[in-house]
Parts: sequence; C-alpha cells; structure tokens
Amino acid sequence: MRTPFIVRLGRSFDARSWQMVGLFAAFALVAVPVMHLLLPPENPLYLSTYFITLTGKILCYAIVAVAMDLIWGYGGILSLGHGLFFALGGYAFGMYLMRQIGRDGSYQSDLPDFMVFLDWKELPWFWVGSDSFLWVALLVLVVPALIAFVFGYFAFRSRIRGVYFSIITQALTYAAMLLFFRNETGFGGNNGFTDFKRILGFSITAPETRVVLFGLSALALIGTLLLARYLVTSKFGRVLTAIRDAESRVMFIGYNPLWYKLFVWTLSAMLCAVAGALYVPQVGIINPSEMSVANSIEIAIWVAVGGRGTLLGPVIGAFIVNLAKSWFTVSFPEYWLFFLGTLFIVATLYLPQGVVGLWVRLRAGRRREEATPGVVAKGVEA
Amino acid sequence: MRTIGLLLCGWLLSAASVQAAIDPSLLKPLASEDSDTKIMAIAALAQAAPEEALPVLKALADNALAVSGERLLIVDGERVFDAASNTEIKPAPAAHETIGINNRVRRELSGALAALRLFSADREVRWQAAQELTLSADAKMLPLLDKALAAETDSEIRARLQLAHAQASLGSTDAGVRHVAVRALGESSDPNVRQLLMPLTEKRGDAWVEPDSAVRAAAGTSIRAIEQRLAWADNLGRAFTGLSLGSILLLAALGLAITYGVMGVINMAHGELLMVGAYSAWAMQSVFRAYLPSALDWYLLAAIPVGFLAAALVGVLMERIVIRHLYGRPLETLLATWGISLFLMQVARTLFGAQNVEVANPVWMAGGIEVLPNLMLPWNRIIIVAFSIAVLAAMWAILNLSRLGMFVRAVTQNRPMAGCVGVPTGRVDTLAFGLGAGIAGLGGVALSQIANVGPDMGQGYIVDSFMVVVLGGVGQLAGAVWAALGLGVFTKFLEGWTGAVVAKIVVLVFIIIFIQKRPQGLFALKGRFVES
Repeated sequence: MRTPFIVRLGRSFDARSWQMVGLFAAFALVAVPVMHLLLPPENPLYLSTYFITLTGKILCYAIVAVAMDLIWGYGGILSLGHGLFFALGGYAFGMYLMRQIGRDGSYQSDLPDFMVFLDWKELPWFWVGSDSFLWVALLVLVVPALIAFVFGYFAFRSRIRGVYFSIITQALTYAAMLLFFRNETGFGGNNGFTDFKRILGFSITAPETRVVLFGLSALALIGTLLLARYLVTSKFGRVLTAIRDAESRVMFIGYNPLWYKLFVWTLSAMLCAVAGALYVPQVGIINPSEMSVANSIEIAIWVAVGGRGTLLGPVIGAFIVNLAKSWFTVSFPEYWLFFLGTLFIVATLYLPQGVVGLWVRLRAGRRREEATPGVVAKGVEA
Repeated sequence: MRTIGLLLCGWLLSAASVQAAIDPSLLKPLASEDSDTKIMAIAALAQAAPEEALPVLKALADNALAVSGERLLIVDGERVFDAASNTEIKPAPAAHETIGINNRVRRELSGALAALRLFSADREVRWQAAQELTLSADAKMLPLLDKALAAETDSEIRARLQLAHAQASLGSTDAGVRHVAVRALGESSDPNVRQLLMPLTEKRGDAWVEPDSAVRAAAGTSIRAIEQRLAWADNLGRAFTGLSLGSILLLAALGLAITYGVMGVINMAHGELLMVGAYSAWAMQSVFRAYLPSALDWYLLAAIPVGFLAAALVGVLMERIVIRHLYGRPLETLLATWGISLFLMQVARTLFGAQNVEVANPVWMAGGIEVLPNLMLPWNRIIIVAFSIAVLAAMWAILNLSRLGMFVRAVTQNRPMAGCVGVPTGRVDTLAFGLGAGIAGLGGVALSQIANVGPDMGQGYIVDSFMVVVLGGVGQLAGAVWAALGLGVFTKFLEGWTGAVVAKIVVLVFIIIFIQKRPQGLFALKGRFVES
C-alpha cells in the first residue's frame, strides 16, 4: 500500500525544517504586514516600501532559482533560457494589468496605449479574454508550459544535452527577445508593459496591495520549495539524479530519460512563469530585456553561488547576488560587472557546492576536529 | 588607342582654330526681355557653335553676361570680355547692364550647358555631363546629342549618350522614333530608366499616355527586361553581402570551433576576444596618428599582428588561470567564461569609456567597384572576404602541415590516447586556446572596419558564432566554413524578403529545428560511441 501523499510530503522535511518554514511564513504573512502597515514610519522596526519591493522582487527571483536548481542541480541540464519563461509569465499577467488600466491611459482609449500609438483598431486575437483574471492566470501556466514541452520534447528526444542544449536554449530566448522587441508582435515593443494602475480593482501602488503581493510571493516560494523537496526525495528524484550522473546507464537499465527530463523541464518553466507573473505587478514593468541572454545566465549564477543540488542554496544565492546587485548599482555602478564576473569565476572554481556546500564542509571539519582533538582532519574534501 | 589620341588632338586643334568668332546675330537675342526668345537663342547658339558658346552660356548662368549698347560682354570681376570674340576689351566700357534670367530659362540653360560639356576635351567632364543628361534629356537636345555621338570615341560615354539619346527621342512626335527609343532603353539596367518608361504603359484619365500601341507593347517588354536585370543585380548584391557577413561569422567562429573541438569548452568570452582585436585596431590607429601620421593609412596592417597577439595573450591567460582548472566540467566552464566576458567588458569600459570609439577606414579601403548601375561592391567588404580566406588558408596550413596542428587534431580525436603516445595535452590545450583566441582577434580587426567598436560589441556576435559551430559540427574546419557562408547568405536573402529581425528569428528557429535532425552538426565525426 502506498503511503498517502500528505504523509509523504510531511516526511520529506524533518521537524527542524518544518519549524523554519513556519517561521518564514509567520514573518512574511504576519510580521511584514504589521511592520509596514501599522507601525509609524519613525519606528525603528518600520519596513519601508523600498524594502517590501526589493524583497518581494528577490522572492520571485528565488522561485526562479529553485526552478533552475531542479533542472540543473538535480537534472544536470543547464538552461540558458529560463529568462524566457519568466518573461512569458510576466507578459501574460502584464496583459491583464494593461487591460485593468481601462480608460485611464494617456489616450483614454479602451485599448492599451501602445496599440493606439500603432493605430490598431481592435485587440489582436491573442489578447482575447485578457480582461479576465482567471483566463490570464491560466495563460501564465499554460503558455510557457506548452512552449517548454514542445521545445523540450524535440530537444530531449534527439538527446541534445550538455553545452549544446545550453546554447540552443540561449538561441531560443534570444530569438524570442528579438520577436518581442518588434512593435508588430503586439506586446508593446521596446517599452513592453508599464504604467499599471490596478489589480483586481485595487490600486497597484497601495501599501496593502504591496503587502498582499509580497505575501503571495512568499507563499509561492514556500510552495515551490515544498514541491521541489517532495520531488527530489521521491523515486522520481532519484531517477532524475541518476540521469544527471550517468544518462546512458539509466537508459541501459530500462528507464526512458525523455519523460523524466521533460517533466522536470516543463515544471521548471511553469514555476518560472509563476514567479514572472508575481514579479511584474511588484516591479511595475515588463519589457523584452528580461529575455536577454545575460539575464538568463545570471539565474545560473544565483544557483551556483548558493549551491547546486541543495534546495535552500538557490534561495540564499538569489538573495546574496541580488542584494549585492542593488547595493553595487547604487554605490559603485562601475564595479558591479567586475564583481559579478569575479563571482562567476570564483563560484565555479572554488565553490562547486556553493555557500551551502562551504558551510557544510566547514561544519563537518569542525565536528571531526572535536571528535579527534589534536589530530588534523584529513580527507575532509572527500 | 593611338588613333583615339590623334582624333582627339585634331578635334582640339580645330576647336582652337575656330575660337575666333560667333556670329553676333546669334548672340543678340540673348539680351532680349522675352524668355521665349532667350530660350530659342540658347538652343540656336548651342547648335551652331558648340565650342564657342560654352563660355557665353556659362556667363549667362552665372549672371555674368551683360549688354552694353549692341555688344554682349562677359564680366569677370574687373575685367570685361567681348562675348563674340572672347577677347578682353580695354578699356572696359563705362556702363553695362547684366542680363537677368528666370527659372525657366535657367532650366533650359543647365540642360544646354550639360550638353555643351559633352564636347569638352576632358573625359571626366564629358562623363559627368553624359550622366547628368541621362536624367534630363529632351527632344530639343536631339541634334546636339547626334553631334556629340558622332564625335564621341569613349565607349562608356557613348553608351550613356545613346541612352540619353533614346530618352530624348521619347518626346518625339514620330511614333517610329519613339519605338526605336523605347527598345534601346530596354538595354539599360538603371532603375531611373524604368521610372521613365513606366508612364508609357499607364493611362491618364481615359487616354493612354502613349497613343501608339506598338510603342506601348515595346515599353512593357523593355520594362520587364530592365526589371529582370535589376532583380539579378539585387540578388547578386545580396549574395555578396551574405558572403561578407559569412566571412565575418567565419572569422568569429573559427577560433570557437578549435577550442570547442579540442577541449570541449564553450568559450562565452569569445565575443570579448573579438572586442580585444577591434580595440587593438583602434589603438594602432591612435599610435600611428600620434607618431607616424604620414603612414596613417597603413595602420591596419600593423593592427593585424597586434590584434592577433593581444587576443592570443588574453586567451592564454584565460586558459591558464581559469579554464584549465575546470577540466571535464563543461557547464561550469561555460559559466566561468561568461564571468570572464563580463569582466573584460567592464575593463574595456573603464579603460576606453562606455562610448564607441571611432575607427576610420584607411583611404585604400574607401569606395568600391561599381559592377552594375545599382550594384556597388565596397572595397572594405571585398578586402574582408579576401582576408578571411587568407586566415582560413593559414589555419588549414597550421592544422594540417605543422606539428602543433597534428597534436591538435590528435587531441580532438582522442585525448587519452594522444596523451599516452606522448602528446603534451596540457600544452596543446594552451596553444590551441591561444590560437583560437588570436583568430578571434583577427576577426575583431576585420570587424572594426565595418561595425561599431565599443565595449558591448562582442555580445552581438556570441550567439551567431555559436550557431555556426553548432551547425557546422565539432572541430571541423569544413563544417565551420559551410555553416558560416550558408548562414550569411541565407540570412541576407531572408532579410531582403522579411526584414532583418524576422530573418534573424527564422534563422535561429531553423537552427533549433536542424539540430533536432542532426545533433552532431553538418559534418559529424563518424564513429560509434556513447557520450560519457
């Protein structure tokens, strides 16, 4: 008899991890709203709007990082095109936000401003239904999943892997970026979507809305982590890891890697799209540069810095890199690329397991030293 | 050749000998108040005495022709010449009145002047005049053109004149003359001629612009003939720009193909190595400007070795410091080299500024060869195609004739076995990486001549050069060549049809689909093996 799902889900974390999850949820869903909405700005515990937006943004990035870790850390597939799925989710939800502007745009038209500007008379077919929240929520999930599924099916079926796969995903997102830069594509060209006013009728800049979006992002991250944890501790996860380590052997044993890879690839794309959809209302803009090659590669470095093949690592990595980015771009904009470049090199050369791996190694070293005092620990690396 | 010279001499002599006089009765109507009289006089003068009329008409056009009593004068500053004999008059007459002209007269005058210049002794002047006339000839100039045609010996100018003659005949009232003219114009490959013929096949209101149906039909045939020739030239031009794009891609991809073939490493910083080469060209230009201004035109020759060495040095350092330590971890190498590329980009920005720097084409690369009236092959692109062929040949020689090349091929085929028989694989890696980087540097030098040189320039080529490598297959020179040229030409033809952005998207999608069918590229190494 199979163990019920909920029990298996519960067992995938130990007690301390559940406590951590609970603490994080309490912080994001209770403490943050109180500290932002109820405390006066003079109070030292007051959280500024800047903090909420920045952290909310990074929470979305963290979801992307976990999604990336699922395919790269556990599946061994390095995608350089995850920015595409993130942006697609963002664009799909952005369509809804554009429709919510209604007649408040600069041209006072039912159509979004950029369409008036292009002299279009009616909505293109793919905008149909974009005023409905539910339909758009469906689009956010289905469109990226469909694209990922079709692309992945053909790529994995031809057994394209390693750097070849990375390069092709890069070409894919590059092509999509060029496509979205065109005005005729119907997504606002260069400028993308911006100047949002409302979401579900609520003002998008109101502190309450921000807090709710922040809470949703936190919940989505928790959900992503739970799902990922459940997946990688299941039998599915073991086969996936085996494919990563020796694909040919797994094939010879009798598994077909295609479906394992395809499932995790599509799931990862959907998670990215959800993150994108949460990201756009918080940041207030989506444009084709989100699909640039550089952005997609940056996702990989979040994972590499935090630690591949661990689930908490990517979250930590996303926070470290993005906090550093917002600090550098304000204080020393000219050194940001130096820092990021060095981070890429150092993380790959010296931190194969990221900061999480480093911490684990340091702790293991200390423990061994405590166990055998006076003897220098040998073979810690192994 | 000699006969032509003799003829020219004779013509010049006769021109000089009859310099003496224009019949004053021809000149007098020029001073008339009536524009029509003036126009008639201009035409008559130009026909009767083409050589002598030139200074008079020029003076009229420059508002330097004046009348004093019965005599016409050419005023040149303080000096005054008699218009009929072109001799200076001393002392200058006290009072004279400048002859004014309106726009209608001016238009006639400029046509007549162009026609007159057809009789100049200077070939360049005649060529210019013939070109001007091709667009503005009308029936009144026919006698003059006949005369010029009879005297003209240069075949290129003759062809132009015949065209102008045919054009002028279009205005004739004789349908037979028009018919001949329309058919003659069908020999042209000038888009302007097509514009000229177009109205002949159209209706204005209810009536045909061209009343004679035979002429109309001939015009249709001629237009089609011209269009065919134009389309052919267009395609030729596209094939050529495609070829030059392909050779740039080839220069960018050759180095990448080597490093990927030998080490299985995707070098994301390859575009930045192009940038190093391009900045070397800029640096050499600055050095020459400062120390050798007389030889500035030759800075590019100096830039070739400098660009190669600079990029090769950066490549060797990259390999020694970073890539060597990531052995057998291609995905990490990809990320690390991306980090290097960000680093190099910022270095360029810090050293040379975020703006593009200006690299000028040397004089010997300016201009081009005009193959057809609407097809010009610029020298800089021709030279780049030739340059990439030279680089390709050198590369082939290194790989196939030198000891290093043999080692490189051995390591590409089977690294452990090569190591076993004593190939120093570590050193081969470094040298191969340096070589690949150096070739990227050469590509950068070439690129500096046709593209912007700035810190971000490498990013634009990285995806394209990967596509060449992916399409061509691993470690295959032939694959890289075919893929680069094919992609270049294919892209340019698509661009003509769909526009640049869509063409790019189509090409990328095409490659993604192609890879599904042939995951090893166009030219796969044959063998049975399971990857890792």
